[in-house]
Amino acid sequence: MVNVSALSDPQPKLVARAVSVYYGGKQALFDIDLDIMSREVTAFIGPSGCGKSTFLRCFNRMNDLIDDCRSTGSMLLDGSDIAGPDVDVVQLRMRIGMVFQKPNPFPKSVYDNVAYGPRLHGMAPTRGDLDEIVETSLRRAGIWDEVKDRVDQPGTSLSGGQQQRLCIARAIAVRPDVLLMDEPCSALDPIATATIEELIDELKSEYTIIIVTHNMQQAARVSQKTAFLNLGRLIEFDETQKIFTNPSEPSTQDYITGRFG
Amino acid sequence: MSSYAATTISSQAAANRLLLRRKRAERRFQLYGILAISAALGFLVVFLASIVSRGYMGFVQTEVRLTVDFDQELIEAGSYRKMLRTSLSELFPNAGSSRAERRTLARLVSAGTVFVLRETVEADPAIIGTVEDVWVLASDPVDQFYKGRIDAALPEEERPISDASLARIAALEAAGRIDLRFNRSFFTRGDSRNPEEAGILAAIVGSALALLVTVVLSFPVGVMTAVYLEAFAPKNRITRLIEININNLAAVPSIVFGLLGLAVFLNVFGLPRSAPISGGLVLSLMTLPTIIISSRAAIRAVPPSFAEAAIGLGASRVQAIFHHVLPAAAPGTLTGAIIGMARALGETAPLLMMGMVAFVVEVPGGFTDPSTVLPAQVYLWADSPERGFAEKTAAATIVLLGFLLVMNGLAVYLRRKFEKQW
Amino acid sequence: MLLSYLPLLIIALFGAGAFYASRARISAAPQRSLPGLPGHYGWYGTLWTVVPATLVYAAWTIIDDQVIRNVVLSDFPDLSGAAATLLYVSIENAAAGVMTDDVPMASVELLLHLENLSAAARFALVTAVSVLGFFWGWRRIRPELTARDRVETALLVALFIASIIAILTTVGIVLSLVVETFRFFQLVSPFEFFFGLEWSPQIALREDQVAASGAFGAVPVFAGTLLITVIAMLVAGPIGLMSAIYLAEYAHPRVRAVIKPLLEILAGIPTVVYGFFAALVLAPSMRNLGVDLGLTISSESALAAGLIMGIMIIPFVSSLSDDIMTAVPMSLREGSYGLGATASETIKRVILPAATPGIVGGFMLAISRAIGETMIVVMAAGLAANLTANPFEAVTTVTVQIATLLVGDHEFDSEKTMAAFALGLTLFIVTLALNVAALRVVQKYSERYE
Ligand SMILES: Nc1ncnc2c1ncn2[C@@H]1O[C@H](COP(=O)(O)OP(=O)(O)OP(=O)(O)O)[C@@H](O)[C@H]1O
Ligand SMILES: [Mg+2]
Repeated sequence: MVNVSALSDPQPKLVARAVSVYYGGKQALFDIDLDIMSREVTAFIGPSGCGKSTFLRCFNRMNDLIDDCRSTGSMLLDGSDIAGPDVDVVQLRMRIGMVFQKPNPFPKSVYDNVAYGPRLHGMAPTRGDLDEIVETSLRRAGIWDEVKDRVDQPGTSLSGGQQQRLCIARAIAVRPDVLLMDEPCSALDPIATATIEELIDELKSEYTIIIVTHNMQQAARVSQKTAFLNLGRLIEFDETQKIFTNPSEPSTQDYITGRFG
Repeated sequence: MSSYAATTISSQAAANRLLLRRKRAERRFQLYGILAISAALGFLVVFLASIVSRGYMGFVQTEVRLTVDFDQELIEAGSYRKMLRTSLSELFPNAGSSRAERRTLARLVSAGTVFVLRETVEADPAIIGTVEDVWVLASDPVDQFYKGRIDAALPEEERPISDASLARIAALEAAGRIDLRFNRSFFTRGDSRNPEEAGILAAIVGSALALLVTVVLSFPVGVMTAVYLEAFAPKNRITRLIEININNLAAVPSIVFGLLGLAVFLNVFGLPRSAPISGGLVLSLMTLPTIIISSRAAIRAVPPSFAEAAIGLGASRVQAIFHHVLPAAAPGTLTGAIIGMARALGETAPLLMMGMVAFVVEVPGGFTDPSTVLPAQVYLWADSPERGFAEKTAAATIVLLGFLLVMNGLAVYLRRKFEKQW
Repeated sequence: MLLSYLPLLIIALFGAGAFYASRARISAAPQRSLPGLPGHYGWYGTLWTVVPATLVYAAWTIIDDQVIRNVVLSDFPDLSGAAATLLYVSIENAAAGVMTDDVPMASVELLLHLENLSAAARFALVTAVSVLGFFWGWRRIRPELTARDRVETALLVALFIASIIAILTTVGIVLSLVVETFRFFQLVSPFEFFFGLEWSPQIALREDQVAASGAFGAVPVFAGTLLITVIAMLVAGPIGLMSAIYLAEYAHPRVRAVIKPLLEILAGIPTVVYGFFAALVLAPSMRNLGVDLGLTISSESALAAGLIMGIMIIPFVSSLSDDIMTAVPMSLREGSYGLGATASETIKRVILPAATPGIVGGFMLAISRAIGETMIVVMAAGLAANLTANPFEAVTTVTVQIATLLVGDHEFDSEKTMAAFALGLTLFIVTLALNVAALRVVQKYSERYE
């Protein structure tokens, strides 16, 4: 699983081909094709219920957790199928981290929250290594200064914005290649949102990031590429610049100008 | 700078080993879960199978066909014993006539046969003076041998049946005079000291009477309490007290209710011991919390809009609750009541204190007659040393479980049928 | 016999009649907008006809036995206490047709006479009160009567009274236990009861025997209860918890929907059936196994009782734990899986810690259930008050002792029966404490994820 090619390869990081997803008998995604480039921020936008979360969760196979969820088509990470027989979902999720819409810190201390992943994956042989990973991750998530004196307190005792940054720290502590963020700012106030947007901007130098957002300004601010989904179909996928200034599909135009959704 | 680029081969191997170990732990853990469930369900299967295999033979009974001369003189003299003896010695003319030999011969059939003959005559006097074939119950050792529960290969002194009797059983079999027949008396009689004659009717009727008392008392009171607490009670200290009290009452060990019954119902109020009325009273106090809790849940599940709509049309709160909410909650309430009754039916411990674990031969005819209940009958028989009772115990258990199955099945059916999505 | 139920029949008939009569009376009134439906006026009449009469009937029935007894026994002024009771029981039996020798026939006749008299008087009185009540109500039925209000208030009062019964039950339990226990502690010191090592409550057979009253040191009884409970929890804890984990986290919902009720059957089987199984199936085979292994396993061993009890309480552990684990928010699970944790890692490191309070609550309820269970131990554990930690030996428990001390016709006021109540009070307090604590823990927990 060594990713030597990631540095300079023009090959896309993630590829989706003819992806369809069904919940029971109901189809939620229809035949989606999409390429995600390395070290870029890609935004998914679209009206509520159009399948953004569903699609996002395909990348690290979180949909496996839902009993009646089924998917077809193929998804490739660095050219290899994520659903392949030799692919281990545990390792896949280690490489493709996720931050959820609602902050979901474990009912453990701040430290244990961040150390959770590294411990599982045996990334820190000594306590010192672990301390270092925790500190670096919290620093990169931009809340080290706020929590450095209380890493032993429960993660649930932080404010909503702090909790969300803790979750981001927790996700980057396992050093994934890709970071999936499902509306990471929806529960936050503007100041916390700004912090996280800055963070995303910083992180994109090392990570491939996909972010789902309902906030058009946010998509425009943080992303390089934008995908517009509607009713389970990919309507348009292009440079963010282009989508927001000169979309080729009329429905995209309608959506970003607020005429529906 | 991704650290993966720098990953060395050896640490890659270590990571793979770790991953392997984690996956093995995962499989092991899941296996524990499956083992735990299999253990619990496996026990259930073994348990039920062992009871059924022990008990199903209790529903049949070995019977012997005697040719009886219903001699007028003997009947007038009341010498049914002699009548039986004659009939037996005609079957086995060379059995000997010493007292001991006669007694061994008589032990082929149940000790109650004499009374059965009398009852036969009393039921049908036309039989007097004729010679008839009568099927009578075999004695317990004969029955157990015939059912294959006694090993004939054992030395004579180690089994409860003599060589002479074995020979006679063989003779009876050759003559077609011995057979397994449906055990009617099990369902038509009360308890008896002789296992072959013991039946569960008295216990079933006792259980039915006690449950009747229970349902008549606890169902209305339980539903009324639930309605009060859910719909009318002000949110104050008394209401809180009642609620806490009900929750805790539900967890009080059943034997404590027996102590209450003994001290209050029997000793203070002077209700009769061993009577369905007293037992039923204790069971209703015990069942009350169950009914209240399930009725409250049922009432709470009815959307408030039902009552609001009625009140909006000018109904009083009482009318709204009784005309609209309560009928909608009825299936849930009923389900809870049935489950409570099923629990009461299986309960023994408090009835132990109320004297309802008793040797009752007569089928009780009213709420104050001495009676026992089905689980108490199981308990009594389980304690009896005769082999025949082990089988009877298991058979009574099957009947008890059958009743419970029906009641719980009914509850599940009701719940399914009326499961509404409002 | 008939005469004793006849008044109730009369009340029912009069009540029904009063309903129709009262309703008809108001329907005849010309007024349009009444403060109640005609039916309310009907019920108003019924209430006046039925309630006072029923109360009179109940009161009479409760006191008449005592009065008759006093009158009958007043012929025997020199008898008192148990002797009087004995005599009275034989008189009653004779009156019911069961003759024993030397029953004073005069008293029997007096009893029969008084019983008839009482029944007749009760009948007359109840009828009269019912009729009077009816007319009282009847006179008040006018259009101005706020019938609906009155009837509904009466109904609410009835509902309230019903809900008081639960409290009365608790009061009854506490009072009866406390009173007897108090009397017991006047004869046997609480210190001896709670710390004494010798339990042999069987009262000596001869009056003059040394140590005529038994020994009441309950420590062996408590220890036996503890031993069996520990064995039961060693069975039910792991099996119940692992089953719950499997059902909540691994099993497909359809599988869960089948397995969960099946497991709950274990808690629905009457305990006497478990006792039968333990005593007649498990214990003998364990003893034989013991013989093969060279162990001495008593035919009434703590192990057999504990094992079966453990199986019985599996659902108490598994159901609550399963509910609690299912209630752990999905987001925590996703957070953990999203970091690449396996299912078992997620369970062990996130779900179980988060659900601990609820699981602890479930364990406490299960323990409380095990301590209070009677029939299994009565049938499988035995009476021998051995102070031992050896599970192969016979031990006794609190519930077994209560049951055996009180079964049969004892003199109610002996030390033995009072000791049973003292044990009962101890049992009540311990199970209550466990239950209250469990409910609190679970409640705290559910508040956390509201
Ligand atoms: N667990 C599920 N079971 C069944 N249907 C689901 C499930 N999750 C999502 N769906 C359905 O799939 C469709 C897409 O849902 P999804 O959550 O992906 O939308 P979304 O674009 O993320 O919406 P939002 O912006 O509101 O988060 C919706 O119609 C939804 O009803
Ligand atoms: Mg979404």
